[in-house]
Amino acid sequence: MRTLTQLADGLRRRSFSSVELVGALLARIEKSQPALNAFISVAAAEALEAARAADRTLAAGGGGPLTGVPIAHKDIFCTAGMRTTCGSRMLDNFVSPYDATVVARLKRAGALLLAKTNMDEFAMGSSNENSFYGPVRNPWNPQMVPGGSSGGSAAAVAARLVPGATGTDTGGSIRQPAALCGITGMKPTYGRVSRYGMIAFASSLDQGGTLTASAADAALMLREMAGFDPRDSTSVDAPVPDYVAAIEEPITGLRIGLLAEFFDKGLDAENERCVREALRVLEGLGARVSQVSLPNLPMSVPVYYVVAPAEASSNLARYDGVRFGHRCENPRDLTDMYRRSRGEGFGAEVKRRIMTGTYVLSAGYYDAYYLKAQRVRALINADFVRAFQSVDVLIGPTTPTPAFPIGAKTADPITMYLNDIYTIGANLAGLPAISVPCGFAAGLPVGLQIVGPHFSEARVLAAAHAFQRTTDWHTRVPVGYA
Amino acid sequence: MSEWETVIGLEIHAQLATRSKIFSGSATAYGAPPNTQADLVDLGYPGVLPVLNGEAVRMVVKLGLAIDARIAPLSVFARKNYFYPDLPKGYQISQYELPVVARGTLEIVLEDGTVKRIGITRAHLEEDAGKSLHEGLPGVTGIDLNRAGTPLVEIVSEPDMRSAKEAVAYMKKMHTLVRYLEICDGNMQEGSFRCDANVSVRPRGAQKFGTRAEIKNLNSFRFVERAINFEVARQVELLESGRAVVQETRLYDPDKGETRSMRSKEEANDYRYFPDPDLLPLKVDAALIESVRATLPELPDQKAARFASQYGLSAYDAGVLTASRELAAYYEEAVRAAPEDPKLAANWVMGDLAAALNKEGLEVGAAKISAPRLGELLRRMHDGTISGKIAKEVFELMWSQGSSADAVIAAQGLRQITDSDAIARVIDEVMAKNPAQLADYRAGKDKLFGFFVGQVMKATGGKANPAQLNELLRKKLPG
Amino acid sequence: MALTREQIASIATLARLDLTADEVPLYQEGLSRILEFVGALERADTADVTPMAHPLPGLTQRLRPDEVTEGDGHERYQQNAPRTAAGLYLVPKVIE
Repeated sequence: MRTLTQLADGLRRRSFSSVELVGALLARIEKSQPALNAFISVAAAEALEAARAADRTLAAGGGGPLTGVPIAHKDIFCTAGMRTTCGSRMLDNFVSPYDATVVARLKRAGALLLAKTNMDEFAMGSSNENSFYGPVRNPWNPQMVPGGSSGGSAAAVAARLVPGATGTDTGGSIRQPAALCGITGMKPTYGRVSRYGMIAFASSLDQGGTLTASAADAALMLREMAGFDPRDSTSVDAPVPDYVAAIEEPITGLRIGLLAEFFDKGLDAENERCVREALRVLEGLGARVSQVSLPNLPMSVPVYYVVAPAEASSNLARYDGVRFGHRCENPRDLTDMYRRSRGEGFGAEVKRRIMTGTYVLSAGYYDAYYLKAQRVRALINADFVRAFQSVDVLIGPTTPTPAFPIGAKTADPITMYLNDIYTIGANLAGLPAISVPCGFAAGLPVGLQIVGPHFSEARVLAAAHAFQRTTDWHTRVPVGYA
Repeated sequence: MSEWETVIGLEIHAQLATRSKIFSGSATAYGAPPNTQADLVDLGYPGVLPVLNGEAVRMVVKLGLAIDARIAPLSVFARKNYFYPDLPKGYQISQYELPVVARGTLEIVLEDGTVKRIGITRAHLEEDAGKSLHEGLPGVTGIDLNRAGTPLVEIVSEPDMRSAKEAVAYMKKMHTLVRYLEICDGNMQEGSFRCDANVSVRPRGAQKFGTRAEIKNLNSFRFVERAINFEVARQVELLESGRAVVQETRLYDPDKGETRSMRSKEEANDYRYFPDPDLLPLKVDAALIESVRATLPELPDQKAARFASQYGLSAYDAGVLTASRELAAYYEEAVRAAPEDPKLAANWVMGDLAAALNKEGLEVGAAKISAPRLGELLRRMHDGTISGKIAKEVFELMWSQGSSADAVIAAQGLRQITDSDAIARVIDEVMAKNPAQLADYRAGKDKLFGFFVGQVMKATGGKANPAQLNELLRKKLPG
Repeated sequence: MALTREQIASIATLARLDLTADEVPLYQEGLSRILEFVGALERADTADVTPMAHPLPGLTQRLRPDEVTEGDGHERYQQNAPRTAAGLYLVPKVIE
C-alpha cells in the first residue's frame, strides 16, 4: 500500500489501473470490516464502474490530480444517490439527493468514492462508541477506541484500507482520532472548506478536513477540497494556495511556541516524552522553540460544552420525522410524533447534548451560559491572536493520552469530554491545526499537534512535512494491515 | 366616553416582492402546486445552508428610509427555535437583538382630520413559514412548503394606537407605503400583507399598560377592526367583572367574529433565540444606503402635499387620490389631458370612476376608460360640448363600449345645444304649451322658473346649454 | 448545579424528546455533571468582552443576487419522506 500521492502518480503513469486498485482495496475493506467496523456503506459496484471510467480517461491521457484514486468520506458528507446516515438511526434510510461541495470537488479532481466511514452519531463523541452502527476499533489494538468522531476515517487510513478519507472537526474530531490511530489529520481554518452538504453539528465550529497517511497527502487532498463556495455564507472568498508546492518550504527560522497550558497534569508521561522528542527534531531542522502561555485556554472545554450543544440543539431540530429521517410507528398526535421519532432516532449522547443545548439557551439561562461562553471564547481567541504576534505556529500534544479501551470512559461525560482538551481551542478560534504521528506509548500511537494562525495551512503543512521527512512514525502500519 | 382606554400595537408582516426566496434560489410565485417551489434549503435538508438575498436587504433599507428610521450598520440574524410542521428547520431565521431598521415613524390622518404620528420600533428581515392544509385530509394535516423561506419584513409599531380605527388607518397607510416602494404586492388575500395585533385596555388616565393579548394573522382591514373591537370588549368585560386578562396568543375567527385562545402556541414559547452561526453579521454601509435612496419614489405624503398645492385639492381629496401609486398616476394623466379643471378631474376620479371600478371589482390599472380618455371627457364638459349631466351618460357608454368621449357624443347626438335661436324656439314652444303656468309665473310665482328649465331640458333631451337657457328664460318669461 | 426530574422533563418537552422513565435519572445526573463542569466559566472575568459568535471576526454577510436558480424537485426530495400525498408532507392532525 502506497500513499495517496504515490497512488495518484502511479495511476497517472499507468503502473497499475484504477480497477486493480479499487479491487484490491475492496478486498481489504471486506476483510477488515468484522474486526474494525470502519465503514457504514461500501459503494463497490459504483466505485468499480467509476474506476473503469477513470482508467479510460487516464488511457486517453486525461484526468485530474486524483483521477482514479479511491477515497472514503465520513458519513457526515452528503453523497448524491447514496445513503448518508451521520452514524444515526435517525438517518438510517436517508439517501441524499445532492453531493456536498467537498464530495463534488474531490469528484471533480478525479477521486472515486469507495465507501462512507463510520463515525460517532452526528459527530458527537471522542471514541466512536456513539455510532448507531456500532463502535469502530483501533487497528493498533482492537480493544482500544480509534478516537472520534471521525474514527472510521482514521481507522480506515491507519489500516491502509483507503489512502485518504475526509473528516470533520468540531472539537478535535479529525486530529484526535488521527493521533490515536497514528495518522495525519488536518483541520483547516474555519471557512477554508465549504460546509455545504456536511451535516451540521455545531455550525460555528465545524470544519471539514483530511485524514491521510502523511502531510504531503493532506496537502494534495486539501488543495482539491478547499476554496470558496457561494452556497456557504461562512466560506471565505480567498484563493487557495498550492499546498503541494508550499509544503516543500524549509522551516529554518520557524518560530515555534510551546503551549505551556498543554503540558498539564492530565498529560500522560509517555505522550509528553514523544512530544518533547518531536520538538528536538524540529529544533534540529532549524526551528526556534520558545514557551508560550495562553492563560484562558484551560477554559476551552467548558466553553465548548456550552457553545457546541447550544448550536447542536438547534441544528438537530430539523430531524422531526416530517420530511426525511426516522418517524415513529403510529403516532397518536403531532407531539407524540415529534417526541417518539426524536427519542427513538437519536442515541443517548446526542440526546444529552440536545438537552444541554436546549437548557443553556432557555429563558433565564442564556446570559449565564451561552453569552458567558461566547465571551470567554473571545478571551481564548485573543490569547491566540497575542501568541501569534511572537510565534509562527503553536505546538503541543494532540491528546492527553494514547487510545483508551472501549468502554473505559463511557460512564462519565466529563471524562470523555476531556479527551479534546488540547484540540478544542483551535475550533473556538477557527485556526488551522494538524496532528502528525510522533511516537508510540505502550505500543499505541501518539500525536503532535501544530496550530497556526488563520489561513496558514501552508505553513502548518510545511512544518508537518518537514517533520515527516526526518521521521518515519507516519509510515508505521499496524500489524496485520501492512 | 368609555372609562377604558384601548392600547394597540401592530406587528405587520409584509412579504417582500423578490423573485427568489430570502435564503434560497427557489421562486416565490404564489399558487404553485404544493412543494414545487421548495428546494433543499427551504426543506431544511441535512447539510444545506442559507445565503442571503441582496434584494431583500435593499427592500428593507428602502422601507427604513421611507419611514425615516435608523438603518443599522451591522445587524444580526438569529434563530427563533420552535417545533411546528410548517417550520422545516425547527427554527425560523429572523432578527432579534439587532434588527436592520429601528426607530421610524409613520403619520396617519384621524377621522377628525388631525395628524397622528405612529412610532415604529423596528423592522427586521425574516423568513416566512410554510402552510398547513387541513381540508380534504381526514385525520391528517398536509404541509406545503412553497411559502417557506419567502422573505418577510416584520414591522413592529409602538403601542401608539388608541382605537381599532386608528389601527386600521395605520395598517392602510403602511399598505400604501409598501406598494409605493414596490417592495410588497400588498395582496392581502394571498397573505402578502398581514398583521398581528397586540391589544390591551387600561383605565383612562392610567400610566401603566394593561395585560395584552396578541391576535395572530389578521389578513384584512375589516378583520383587524372587528377583531380588535371584539377583543377590547372581551377584555373590558373581564376587567369589569373583576377578572384578569391573561397574556396569550389569540386567533380571530372571521366566521364567528370572535377571538379565541391558541393554546397550542402557548405551550412552547421559550424561543431560545441565539445568533444564527450559519449567517454572518449583515453590513449595510453608506454606499448601499445611498444607492437605495436614489431609487426612492415620491412617497404618499409628499405626493398628497404636492397634489393639494399643485391642483388646489383638499387634504382629504389629495389623500384619497394618493392612496395608491396607480390611482395617483391615473389622476395626473387625466389632469394632463384636461389641465383646465383639476378639481373637476378629482371629483370624477373619486366619484364615477371609483364607483365603476368598485362595481366590477377592478383595480385602477384595469379601468375600462383610460386616463387620457377621461381627460377628453372632462375637456368636453369644460368647453361646453356637453353638460355635466350628459357627461355621466357619456361616461357610462364609454365604459361599456370602450369608445372615446367624442365618438359617444357624436354617435348618440349628445352634443350640447348652444345655438341661442334654437333654444329660444324651444322656449317659445314650451311657453305656448303651458299657458296656465306662464300666467302664474307672471303673477309672481317665481318658483315656476325651474318648471320651465325642466320642460326645455326635457324637450331637448337635456342638451340645452344650461347657462344660455337660464339667460334666455329670464328674458322671455316675463313677457 | 443539580437539575430536578421536573427540569429534565421540561427540557425534554422543549426539545421534543421522549425519555423513558429509566432514562430520566441518567440525564439528570449527566446534565447536572455537565452544568457543574461548565459552571467554571463563571469565574472568568469577562467585563467589557464582546461575545464571539463567529470564529472569523470582521467578516460580514455576503449577498446573493435575486435569481431563481432552483426548480421543482419535490418528487426526488419526497423519496425520503415518511408520508406524503398529492405533493404534501403528511403529519398527524395539527390542532390550533
